[in-house]
Amino acid sequence: MTDKTVIIGLEIHCQLNTKTKLFCGCSTDFQGDEPNTHVCPICLGLPGAMPRLNKQAVLYALKVAKALKLTVPEVSEFSRKNYFYPDLPKGYQISQYDKPIAEKGIMEVDDDEGHPKNIRITRIHLEEDPGRLIHKTSRDRAGYSLVDYNRSSIPLIEIVTEPDLRSPKEARRFLNKLRSTLEYLEVFDGEREGSIRVDANISIKGHNRVECKNISSYKGVEKALNFEITRQRNLIRKGQRIEQETRHFLEGRGITTSSRSKENENDYRYFPEPDLRPLRVSGWIDDIVLPELPDARRERFIAQYGISENHARTLTGDLKVANFYESVADADPAIAAIWVADILLGEINYRSMRIDDVPTMNIGDLIALIRDGTITDKSGVEVLRVMLDHCIGEDVETCEMPADIVTRLGLTKAAGDDFTAEIGKVIAANPNAVADYHAGKKGAVNFLVGQVMKATRGRADPKELNTAMADALKETEE
Amino acid sequence: MVKEYFFEKTDRTNAFITRLDLAMYEETGGPLEGKGIAVKDNISTAGIPTTCGSRILAGYVPPFDAHVVTCLREAGAAIVGKTNMDEFGMGTTTENSAYGPTTNPHDTSRVPGGSSGGSAAAVGDGMVDMALGSDTGGSIRCPAAFCGIVGLKPTFGRVSRYGLIAYSNSLEQIGPLGQTVTDVNTLMSAIAGPDSRDSTAYDRPYTHTPSSEIAGMKIAVPEEFFGEGVDPTVAESVRNAIGKLEDAGAETMACSIPSMAYALAAYYVTCTSEASSNLSRFDGVRFGPSVETKRSWHDEYRDHRGTFFGKEVQRRILLGTFALSAGYYGKYYAKAQVARENVRKDFLRIFKDADIIAGPTMPQIAFKLGEKSDPLSMYLADILTVPANLAGVPAISVPCGTVDKMPVGLQLIGRHFEDERVVDAAFAYETEVI
Repeated sequence: MTDKTVIIGLEIHCQLNTKTKLFCGCSTDFQGDEPNTHVCPICLGLPGAMPRLNKQAVLYALKVAKALKLTVPEVSEFSRKNYFYPDLPKGYQISQYDKPIAEKGIMEVDDDEGHPKNIRITRIHLEEDPGRLIHKTSRDRAGYSLVDYNRSSIPLIEIVTEPDLRSPKEARRFLNKLRSTLEYLEVFDGEREGSIRVDANISIKGHNRVECKNISSYKGVEKALNFEITRQRNLIRKGQRIEQETRHFLEGRGITTSSRSKENENDYRYFPEPDLRPLRVSGWIDDIVLPELPDARRERFIAQYGISENHARTLTGDLKVANFYESVADADPAIAAIWVADILLGEINYRSMRIDDVPTMNIGDLIALIRDGTITDKSGVEVLRVMLDHCIGEDVETCEMPADIVTRLGLTKAAGDDFTAEIGKVIAANPNAVADYHAGKKGAVNFLVGQVMKATRGRADPKELNTAMADALKETEE
Repeated sequence: MVKEYFFEKTDRTNAFITRLDLAMYEETGGPLEGKGIAVKDNISTAGIPTTCGSRILAGYVPPFDAHVVTCLREAGAAIVGKTNMDEFGMGTTTENSAYGPTTNPHDTSRVPGGSSGGSAAAVGDGMVDMALGSDTGGSIRCPAAFCGIVGLKPTFGRVSRYGLIAYSNSLEQIGPLGQTVTDVNTLMSAIAGPDSRDSTAYDRPYTHTPSSEIAGMKIAVPEEFFGEGVDPTVAESVRNAIGKLEDAGAETMACSIPSMAYALAAYYVTCTSEASSNLSRFDGVRFGPSVETKRSWHDEYRDHRGTFFGKEVQRRILLGTFALSAGYYGKYYAKAQVARENVRKDFLRIFKDADIIAGPTMPQIAFKLGEKSDPLSMYLADILTVPANLAGVPAISVPCGTVDKMPVGLQLIGRHFEDERVVDAAFAYETEVI
């Protein structure tokens, strides 16, 4: 029998969110700006311009190295990766080759059974991003391309793993955790377009390895890997050979296609960058203070707020969500955990909103209303939706506060007296259901309760209502 | 105040690619105020075309000044033009220029040497007192020797390379050429200011007044500098010159640089490898002329580079690409670095006992135009100059007599960052013979 084990290794390129580029002083903050407005002789690769290394980028890379427990050698070196491409101004990329800034680390992720396992990190190296091509087509002429060098020389780290991942889901979890870690380290902004790009190596044990290049989303990685597993298993089943090759992932179609034959494979002709001295960072790494990382924060949330492991995991997976939770947890950590992790995240996801768009003050108030029993959970959801739909994007000051929404919509929880009358009405109007109840069909009570809920538009506390309904039905027995 | 400088000298050697008949300078009170200075055409000058002697940069006007050009302007110099050179510095004669060869001011049927031949001819012909060149494997010293002037290749890292259009980054330095050692010293003082834009440059400013006091200076004379291939009459001239240094109080000793056997190979592997990468940026996308291609970008790159690079440049790109290729890197590039390290060690060993190494700059006098048609015999002419580049040490060429009415150069090489001592030794010789 053939072994079906899937073997996956990843190469992840992440943009570091330094203020300036890796080898020049140009600003990296070009989102939304005109093409070629954040450029200079260095990042345009003009003749005679020379690179000057950005220390901040080195420190960011070292921060990541420390967090992932890599070894940082005393001396590392920049090398030139030579290839021609229209988005590459110098005809080479300044990268690192045989002397990367950090080697041999680990990151723990859960496998598909939920057991923690260590994924080995082979290396981390620093390199510069090329520019960006914008392909144009027009009716009256052949297609053409424009080059935008704003991105040229943005610092990247490439993180390479050993082939320790065993499923696309595991790979996705690894990437999520990596992203989360990088964000906790404040070296990376996952929301920037193109901030992460992944090359995935995948094989079925005993067969050739295939490299899927340039996957630009987390979802894409899982999709590409699933597609490859199916494709490779089908070939194996048919007794065909799997070519060792590079394949390109087409995000839109969710498939991979063979991108170049072996004869056209680039020979990058790496050699040490003669315009930069070897990089000596001894001592720097000791000065780096790591912030609390996702695992530690999760443990703290469980201990400090007494919330469930699952809630803690959801809340700490994203730095901004974790910060958000902590700023609303004061009112009631348990209720806040439910409202942020189970309800708010779903609602903003549905609206393609970001947690940054949600004012913490309003959510804090909402949680307090629920804690105090002013409104029911059901009404709370309604208030939340009204808030998200209407007040987002507006100035937080002018945003309607939850208490005002409750008043305006009359959502204050119905007092016992309020729904006693409704119970009487519902019992009177549904003699069949009452009869069913007495005949032993206890489920009939749910129907009756539902009718009262409907009449009070969810303002009745479900627990109180159930008790009152049971009492009222008992009375009809006599 | 900005002042006008009229540059009216006739250019009978084709020394200039671009000349400014009306050059401007600033009254800065600097040491070069009102002096006309020529600049090699691979050094970026804002607003003045910079071609590297190549068609591929025809029409390219840099938007920024090289560090040394900023220094010149601050010192009050008038930049009178950009001098001819072997394309991208690749040559020993200045014949490999897209703008025609420069000729030797002493005999226009001969080459001026290269690759800074235009700068040396401009100085040698009295058009300017001083000029800037660059030296990758002898490109300042060779034309200085052939044209009978003084040329200094500073210690690697002494002068910022920012703005120098790279041929072989790890070997080359910008340096001064002048009629006299004093001129060279003055220009060196102006250009050696600190510049953080070149990460390989050290903050070691040069402020020096040449001294001819060399009593007790220890001068080593390597046997390899007088070996096979060195014209005996040139060797004799140089030995006489070293005798003059002894007269001035220097002590001489024999020495050997065994690593010189591999120096030329190490040099050509290193410089072609680096060049193959440096010259990749000349793709026609952002600057330079364009070719009509309605095909893929790949075809356009090939047509552009095939059309506008000269033969020698294409040859060296091919050699370097080969030397860096998978499977050959270890055989060529990596080995060359080992040989290079051995050259450096040989120099360091000799410099434990000696202050200066002396020998001829070039094994022969200036060649006839077209004489070195075979690239290999041309490469061999660099044998005496490349060791200083491989080791990164300073070296100067100072005129020391003539052979067949053509100038001969005495080469004086010093320890890392002892450019001052090299200048003193040259100054002492100059003083001795005047």
